[in-house]
Amino acid sequence: MMASLVGNLGQPLLFLLAFGVGLGQKIDTIEGFTYLQFIAPGLTASAVMYSAAFETTYGSFTRLSTQNTFEGILMTPVTVEEVAIGEIVWGALKGLLSGGVMIVTMPLFGLWPSPWVVLLLPLLFITGVLFASLGLIMTATARNYEFFNYFISLVITPLFLFSGIFFSLSTLSAGSRFFLQVLPLTPMVTLSRMFCYGDFSGNVWGRILLITIFAGGATLFGTVLLRRRLIK
Amino acid sequence: MRVVAAEGLQKRFGQRLAVAGIDFEVNKGECLGFLGPNGAGKTTTIQIMLGLVEKTAGELTIFGQEVPEQFRQIKSRIGVVPQNDNLDSDLTVFENLVTYASYYNLVGSKAKGRAGELLDYFALENRRNDVIEHLSGGQRRRLLLARALMHDPDLLILDEPTVGLDPQARYLMWQRLKALKENGVTMMLTSHYMDEVARLSDRVLIIDQGKVIVEGEPGRLVNDLVGVDVFEVLCSAEDAAQLAKSAKECGARSEIMPEGIFLYMHKDCHGLSGHVRPLQQWVRRPANLEDLFIQLTGRSLHET
Repeated sequence: MMASLVGNLGQPLLFLLAFGVGLGQKIDTIEGFTYLQFIAPGLTASAVMYSAAFETTYGSFTRLSTQNTFEGILMTPVTVEEVAIGEIVWGALKGLLSGGVMIVTMPLFGLWPSPWVVLLLPLLFITGVLFASLGLIMTATARNYEFFNYFISLVITPLFLFSGIFFSLSTLSAGSRFFLQVLPLTPMVTLSRMFCYGDFSGNVWGRILLITIFAGGATLFGTVLLRRRLIK
Repeated sequence: MRVVAAEGLQKRFGQRLAVAGIDFEVNKGECLGFLGPNGAGKTTTIQIMLGLVEKTAGELTIFGQEVPEQFRQIKSRIGVVPQNDNLDSDLTVFENLVTYASYYNLVGSKAKGRAGELLDYFALENRRNDVIEHLSGGQRRRLLLARALMHDPDLLILDEPTVGLDPQARYLMWQRLKALKENGVTMMLTSHYMDEVARLSDRVLIIDQGKVIVEGEPGRLVNDLVGVDVFEVLCSAEDAAQLAKSAKECGARSEIMPEGIFLYMHKDCHGLSGHVRPLQQWVRRPANLEDLFIQLTGRSLHET
């Protein structure tokens, strides 16, 4: 538990240090924020993404393959759907924990979140559900651990870099801005910034709706795929 | 009363028919030995009973309830000792029992009390707080059986329960299983150890290539189909041919082997024993379930 928390939090915290504190000194304000202020909420969202996605890929795949845990559970009255929901909720909670620790750490960097940040927690949980479900989709289709390299390199890392955590999407052309705004992490990065600083200029409900739909769809898809994988 | 009833049960994996339409039943309080070579369809049948595999055709009822419609009620009354060890290696011995019981809605002091009883009964009390990887093969198997009994099931499915165990550990398993049977637990047992099946089963079902080939009480099947006594003779090919001829005259079946001959006798035959006795290496023993199994499924490997 400790190891996975450190592992999944280490990266966002180091980014906060290197980019926010280090690089940020030479960067002008973005959308009225210092660079450190600008990237901290997005890194919080990304911490949720990493923790949740790792849990339901490497963690769940171990339970599925080497440990035969799922097979053992499915011999009891518990159904595949319940196993899938359990894995997703567990991954989402681990994600929420990582996000929560990021928020608690912000004052150490001189960042004081607004009271609105309390309402960010349920949204971080939804983000956790979304990425835990995406991880479970990978687990349900994986033949071995190497398969997850695709997911990390082609999905998670690009989302980390291009969801508006490190640069403002408003400077981009309309076409690329639209494309990046419908990526699964982008709405959450914006929401996270809104709730951290209590500045709600923008479509809050639309974004919440979007991540909820993403999360719901991914949960459904992940559950169906896990059934296909486990019940022959 | 029937606990399990299967009719025309079938499972197709792509082109391959793993279970090719089998009928069987398990009656209340009996132990059914479910036998067959590797790949015969035993494990697939069990997996259909547990919902891990969906049947392609046929009817299956357990406790008079339909599979798969009423699985939740059905599975709440089944206990399973699986072929693959799927104990949770992240948990201790005690936690394994209590966690598993929670899947049957058995929680709190009730679950803990039951876990304590079973650890005692299966001589695992001193390993209560150990992690799974420190257990021996025998201890793991006993823990799997204890786990299967946490919710006091009415039907126990045992898929190779003693595979890989030393004779002492196997004997302990047998004792516990016999005691369970005496307490009225219905069992379905698969095993490749024919002595184990003969000891524990009231009735056996032998399947091969997805089909039932014979069914009945093991002692009677052996006597009817194989015989009463068997001569195992190590001898030259000429002697073997001679013995085969005299076996025929006695109405005994013979099987020529690379190193000699097996003779299966339904009754004493002086002509035959007269020919065997002068030879150097031979043994006379009662016919057993293994003879029957091999007679019906052949000596060659069945794996596909």
